[in-house]
Amino acid sequence: MTDSAGDGLTRLAPRRDSDLARGMKRAWRSLVAARWPVLALAILIAVVVVAIFGPAMSPLDPNRQNIMLRLAEPGAAGPRGATFWLGSDALGRDVLSRLLYGARISLLVGFAAIAVGGTIGIVAGLVSGYFGGWTDDVIMRLGDIQLAFPFILLAIMFLIVLGPGVMNLILVLGIGQWVTYARITRAQTLSLREKEFVEAARALGDGTAAIIFRTILPNIVAPLTVIASFNVASVILAEAALSFLGLGVPPSVPTWGSMLAESRDTLIANKWWLATFPGLAIVVTVLSFNILGDWLRDFLDPRLKERG
Amino acid sequence: MWTYIARRLLQSVVVIIGVTFISFIALQIGGDPTYLFVSERATEEEIEMVRRALGFDRPLHVQYLSFLGNLLQGDFGMSLSYRQPAIDIVLGALPATIELTLLSILVSVGLAVPFGVFAALYRGTALDGGIMTVAMFGQSVPNFWQGIMMILFLGLYLKWFPISGHVPFLLPLLQGDLAAAFGNLPMALYYLAMPAVAVGTYSLARNARLVRSSMLEVLGQDYVRTARSKGLTEYTVIVHHALRNAWLPVVTMIGLEFGFLIGGVVVIETVFSYPGIGRLVFNAINQRDIPVVQAAVVLLSMVFICLNLIVDLIYARIDPRVKL
Repeated sequence: MTDSAGDGLTRLAPRRDSDLARGMKRAWRSLVAARWPVLALAILIAVVVVAIFGPAMSPLDPNRQNIMLRLAEPGAAGPRGATFWLGSDALGRDVLSRLLYGARISLLVGFAAIAVGGTIGIVAGLVSGYFGGWTDDVIMRLGDIQLAFPFILLAIMFLIVLGPGVMNLILVLGIGQWVTYARITRAQTLSLREKEFVEAARALGDGTAAIIFRTILPNIVAPLTVIASFNVASVILAEAALSFLGLGVPPSVPTWGSMLAESRDTLIANKWWLATFPGLAIVVTVLSFNILGDWLRDFLDPRLKERG
Repeated sequence: MWTYIARRLLQSVVVIIGVTFISFIALQIGGDPTYLFVSERATEEEIEMVRRALGFDRPLHVQYLSFLGNLLQGDFGMSLSYRQPAIDIVLGALPATIELTLLSILVSVGLAVPFGVFAALYRGTALDGGIMTVAMFGQSVPNFWQGIMMILFLGLYLKWFPISGHVPFLLPLLQGDLAAAFGNLPMALYYLAMPAVAVGTYSLARNARLVRSSMLEVLGQDYVRTARSKGLTEYTVIVHHALRNAWLPVVTMIGLEFGFLIGGVVVIETVFSYPGIGRLVFNAINQRDIPVVQAAVVLLSMVFICLNLIVDLIYARIDPRVKL
């Protein structure tokens, strides 16, 4: 008998870090085989690079107004020998520079809102699923009520009182997402709670918090990752919509949504570049997240592949 | 059946109370809500007067109960910019919004079923790939940007569709003027076409994917094989056997979709200067007309909850597996 009790228990627990390298290799091969996700990944890396280094890369100051050079067409000459590659807006600001700055806010809001909503939702779902009873009832009914309320209306109500701002936007969008995470986490926790490796951890005398966060949580990361990748896409869309309504960030901060909002005033005059480029930036980013999310779902759960 | 309906009704009441509670506390989280109702140059006395007049000096629970009491009578207070009861203004804009929402649902569901079915039947072919690629795009395009692009291309460049405006259909219909209503119908649809497509595209894309996947699942089942081996025509097998079960998930989805559509309507109405609740909310936000925003949010939420209830009841009726 080489198998000590401890070894037996580790074998009951699902595999983790030891297989990480092999898993990564398998993921990469599947990614390459699916083709499109590679492009999506490349685009997203580019967007992240732009979001981080945007200020250094942007040819002009995104907030510098130049009334003499307002509404210049794409490719027109800008100030001091520079070129408005994507044109200038109604205040003579460079569209390309604003676009590059806008990537930062869109991604920041997207990821931060997921972090806020994901954290609240996962903790709520773990607590709800592990303890059950009235705790479960209260948390899930709260979620039901929130879902019965069209999200954008909820966001409008809170943002109009809190005022526009990046932090408020993150909070509102984050709180708008928690129910999804809570429901999935709860369902997974319910089924894992009764599994042998959880019982084993309990028998070994682990505390409740340790069981919940160290034994159960690592095993539900996969479905949560899939949800998160789609969720980033829908949060970016929601941010753009709220900024478009004037509830997002203050006007001095360029975001893709607020650029589209400003483009409305010059729409009739057929200044197409003001509306086209920020919109394309949103579409390309969101599309990449959706494609990557699709691939990730198929990769982590091949059973779902057939179901599109 | 009746216990189910009673239970769902009770749930809806609880949710509506939740909605009123949330819209009540939303006003309070920013501190003293009086400041939302006064101009920036108001003196201390003026602020104190408004606070008393609006009852914000009372304890919170008293405020909430009187808020609920007023709400039951449809009283959301006076609009700050129109000097009329807020609820009247919102109700006036409701028919236009309902027209837009209904047509969007028609677009999203009516087209999603054939698209999804064809993609499933021709799985793996270029047709399937094409439909699914378009659907993927449809889920990634912000609806308001789509609206702007449609205005630029179909409206301003090709001049095929009007870029703003609205011809009433529901309003004359509700007033009993059938001749006017149906006389307006062609023009009403013409004006609604672009906004409705812009609102419905995201849902159309999602529903088409949903129909395809549930159709694929159903097509692989034994009873479909049985139906085929009985010698039924392919049309009968697909329409009468497979589709009947395949579209159940879509019905569930429609319920959830309303919330999304309402969000889309708010934004799209602004893009197309469409005289519905959405544009009203947008203008009210800019003018900080709190009573109108509150009335619109609560009213739309109630419409949403009622529609959800109706969808659930329909679902219970068409799916015999739902135990009543």
